[in-house]
Amino acid sequence: MKVRVDPERCEGHSRCHALAPELFALDDFGNAAAIGDGAVPPGLEEKARLAAANCPEYAVEIVEDAE
Amino acid sequence: MSDSKPGSGAGPGAGSQAAPPAEAGAGAQTCPVSGQGGHPAVERPPVTDWRTDWDHLDPRWRDNPFPIWDELRKGPIARTERFEGAWLPTRYEDVKAIAYDTEHFTSRRIVLRHRKYEDPPLPAPPITSDPPEHKAHKQVLLPFFTPQEVGKLEPMARRICRGLIDDFIADGSCDAAQQYARHIPVRIIAYMLGVPVKDSDLFIRWIHEILEVGIVDDEIGKNATKAMRDYFRHHIALRKEGRSEAEPDGPEPDLIRVMMDGSLNGVPFEENHVLGTLNLLMIAGIDTTWSSIGAAILHFGRHPDDRRRLIEEPDLMPTAIEELLRAYSPVTMAREIKKDVTMGGCPMKQGEMVLLSFPAANRDPAMFPDADRVVLDRQENRHGAFGLGIHRCVGSNLARMELRVAIEEWLKRIPDYRVDGEVRWSDGTVRGPRTLPVVFG
Ligand code: HEM
Ligand code: SF4
Repeated sequence: MKVRVDPERCEGHSRCHALAPELFALDDFGNAAAIGDGAVPPGLEEKARLAAANCPEYAVEIVEDAE
Repeated sequence: MSDSKPGSGAGPGAGSQAAPPAEAGAGAQTCPVSGQGGHPAVERPPVTDWRTDWDHLDPRWRDNPFPIWDELRKGPIARTERFEGAWLPTRYEDVKAIAYDTEHFTSRRIVLRHRKYEDPPLPAPPITSDPPEHKAHKQVLLPFFTPQEVGKLEPMARRICRGLIDDFIADGSCDAAQQYARHIPVRIIAYMLGVPVKDSDLFIRWIHEILEVGIVDDEIGKNATKAMRDYFRHHIALRKEGRSEAEPDGPEPDLIRVMMDGSLNGVPFEENHVLGTLNLLMIAGIDTTWSSIGAAILHFGRHPDDRRRLIEEPDLMPTAIEELLRAYSPVTMAREIKKDVTMGGCPMKQGEMVLLSFPAANRDPAMFPDADRVVLDRQENRHGAFGLGIHRCVGSNLARMELRVAIEEWLKRIPDYRVDGEVRWSDGTVRGPRTLPVVFG
């Protein structure tokens, strides 16, 4: 699983960072980006989904691994 | 999970007159009336039909707006001839669509007044700015409001809360709105701005005159705005002489200094811009956060099950805070229609206003299952309490910190209490308890 933040949509509500600081970092203006290449370490999938479900701008995308 | 239903007798507004159901006969795509613009309401006749004659200053809205919105959501965007002609979306998707559509809806007026007395209105960047300038007007502020920066103020917020509680805990009761919630945000923003914290009562008065009295009394609103601008002018002048009355341990730079030094493409911000932003920072953060803290204390006073659950499971705090912000969203903004546009079948005319009710959007059951219930561990919560789109609240991280700390400190010292007496709500665009009598133990 991978996470991605769409910089066009992100308005810096910081919900993703609050819920999953392991996966999302904020820049100096409070806008978010996925940490590293966005790969979600095993065990953090739930947190990734929670972050996506709480972004008011629908800026967090989840890319599931192909089966 | 609690079964609190703030829209019914159990929540805020309990004991107050319930709103009568609005007529919701019209289908979602037919418009109640086409707007011709109306006469400014000098005194406020009671609302007879919420769909065609709504008024957010009506006492029934103030005391219990939830049933009104529930009815309106079933029909087209509501209309009123009051306020010189205005619209009221109550569905989440409509509120969001308007917040995103900066082409047809301008932010140059963001407060709905009985009449548009100033033309052009005084700017208060970034809240009154539209694209493309908006982005730069906002970016100058953002670095001072990140979660990390705001985290540095947390010890101070705790000290303020503890000191306030020390002052009344021995009495066994207090007015949690007047003696507690009210004093927390004002002191912190004064500190950040770089003005004396002892002037807090002055700011509270001006804000009341601007946000509540000023929407129906032009003179009082104008005078308070002017007094606030003069106040900041004075503090800017002091800095130009190398002096300041900022708190000795205050931030470097403080927000007055940040705005004084601000520029766009190498051109320094004009005085009007600087004063507008400083006024905004003062106004935007005080009644709003005060309202949220008050509503949270009210909720836990009326719902001991939720209170005990949060005390026993402190890990719920992050979702609980968001849920309280959703269910008791304090802030309703407005937009002016810049170009004629049809929304949901309603012909909106240039120059008319839209009341942008984030609180109504946040109670939309199409977006939030069990929207009228406070669910402390709600998993999916894309609430718009801090706005949606480009005007997302600059102070959202600060407000969240203040709200969390205020609840934590209160529950630590006063884990057991109940609401005892009449709760009074504010009028106007920021909704929250202004009297909140509680008894401890
Ligand atoms: C619970 C407390 C608060 C709530 C519910 C709240 C709500 C809002 C909302 C809904 C907006 C969007 C306005 C629009 O779309 O027209 C907004 C904007 C804004 N808020 Fe807050 N606010 C709160 C606290 C604060 C604080 C503490 C500050 C800091 C000083 C602040 C500063 C601002 C500013 C500067 C804007 C304009 C942002 C822009 O236009 O880009 N607010 N707020
Ligand atoms: S929750 Fe969404 S809008 Fe907020 S910072 Fe994260 S990506 Fe950006």
